[in-house]
Amino acid sequence: MTGEQITFLAVALFTLGSGFMVVTSGNLVHAALWLVSTLFGVAVTYAVLDASFLAVVQVVVYIGAIAILFIFAVMLTRKDMRDQGPQMNKNWWFGALLAVLTFAGLFFLLQGWDGMSRTAAVYPSNFDAVSELGNALTSPAGYVLPFEVASVLLVAALVGAVYVAFNRK
Amino acid sequence: MDFWKDPLKVAADWLMGIFTGWGMPEIAAQILIGFLGILLLISLLMVLDIFLVWVERKVVSRFQDRIGPNRVGPFGLIQPFADIIKLLIKEDITPGGADRTVYNLAPILSMMSVLILWAVVPLAPAILGVDADLNIGALYIIAAGAIGTLSIIMAGWASNNKYSLIGAFREVAVMLSFEIPMLTVMLIPTIFAGSMGIVKIVNSQDTWYFFLAPLAALIFFIAAIAELGRAPFDMGEAESELVSGYNIEYSGMKFGMFYAGELLHAFTFGGFWAILFFGGYRFFGLELVNPLLAIAILFFKAFIGYWLIMWVRYTLLRIRIDHMLAFNWKFLTPVAFVLLMVTALMNALLSGLPGWLYVSGMFLSNVLLTWGALEIARHYSRGEREKVEGKQVVEVGH
Repeated sequence: MTGEQITFLAVALFTLGSGFMVVTSGNLVHAALWLVSTLFGVAVTYAVLDASFLAVVQVVVYIGAIAILFIFAVMLTRKDMRDQGPQMNKNWWFGALLAVLTFAGLFFLLQGWDGMSRTAAVYPSNFDAVSELGNALTSPAGYVLPFEVASVLLVAALVGAVYVAFNRK
Repeated sequence: MDFWKDPLKVAADWLMGIFTGWGMPEIAAQILIGFLGILLLISLLMVLDIFLVWVERKVVSRFQDRIGPNRVGPFGLIQPFADIIKLLIKEDITPGGADRTVYNLAPILSMMSVLILWAVVPLAPAILGVDADLNIGALYIIAAGAIGTLSIIMAGWASNNKYSLIGAFREVAVMLSFEIPMLTVMLIPTIFAGSMGIVKIVNSQDTWYFFLAPLAALIFFIAAIAELGRAPFDMGEAESELVSGYNIEYSGMKFGMFYAGELLHAFTFGGFWAILFFGGYRFFGLELVNPLLAIAILFFKAFIGYWLIMWVRYTLLRIRIDHMLAFNWKFLTPVAFVLLMVTALMNALLSGLPGWLYVSGMFLSNVLLTWGALEIARHYSRGEREKVEGKQVVEVGH
């Protein structure tokens, strides 16, 4: 086993374990903090895959903004933050079924995929992934249309949020 | 390879020889040497941190017309050690109902978020951090800040104290908001250098970026102060409205971790200010003489930035929380966005021109933008004042 594989296994175990704690911990703030550690594990996975830009953006966006807003929302909406209510509602069997089916489907699909045994291509020494990503996102031959559509969608969400929160006198 | 040209490389090679001589495989020796390097850097930073306590106390007392610590050792230099001993032997209090794990984790994360920043600091031309091939240095700074934000909310919540929770909310609101103009103006050196890598940003500063984008440097400075939670944005020490801040319930060395982390953070941001806008370790070719001299130059510049941060801190009063956020969202963020767009446009327009024209064009566009922004702000605030106080008739000629 190479060092990279050991690192990947450790990170994957950490991520999955944290993810498991997110859904099982009774305290909502603890669940949010476990979510932070799950997202951090995903960031480390990106770093292991040489996707340094995605790793850092993962930390900035998911830990720095989204997880913090989760914690804010939990703290502002719960009267008692130590609540230990029931974890399941009556739809639990449906959720479990869906999860098992998704896992089975993914497992089945990935069985026929040859990417598992392929080794990654080695980058040339002056390869700059961030520039490549930037060019791909802004060139018409690349992903400029999905990128712009996503931006418009986010602006629409922003305007909608302001409209909902606006205090009419 | 001469020892004086690159002392760390020589030391690493020497250790490598010893470790492999002991029969250690080369990869293990490399990892071990890497860890030793990290340990060395962190130890030096922590020792520096101890003296920052002394610097901070000395400078604040000068600003407040006092002498400051002068009893223990020459110029009170041993005072920080006395402080540390005091912090260590203080009773370690955990408030009742506190969430023990989160409560103890928060100061560690707070200190960690500062220390990991130093992974991307280019200390000298020959001694490189990770940034040798990290093209995301500028974003990394924000990512480390995100962990600091997380530590504050953890501290505020886990203390089980309503004041510390409100303090944490306010501090986090300020930090999250000021991250936006900060990230935006960090893109401006990125435009000039053509890379987000911090080494490249330093190497391409033949003219300091301060002269190309003075407004960006100013916005970065303001956002850095807010990010640090120092006056006039010091929600962490709001005695008059919140008793203190997110750290009320912490005592002893746990409080010390927050305090030391804040001091080192301020120094680090002085360093980043120097790196992004004042040429980092570069000073008229002096950095090429010796890497140690380059480190000294960087630290000198960082100390100037740190001193300015202290100057602001001990001169200005705390702004009210809603004013802080309004200032950020209604003034700083739009100005930063417009500045980014103007800089990108000017960069495209002026890219073929000779150096002096490029610099003066950038400088003039910054000055014009600053003037325009201040005019708009003045017009707006005059309108607000008239709404509150009625139209003021300025009397002339008493």
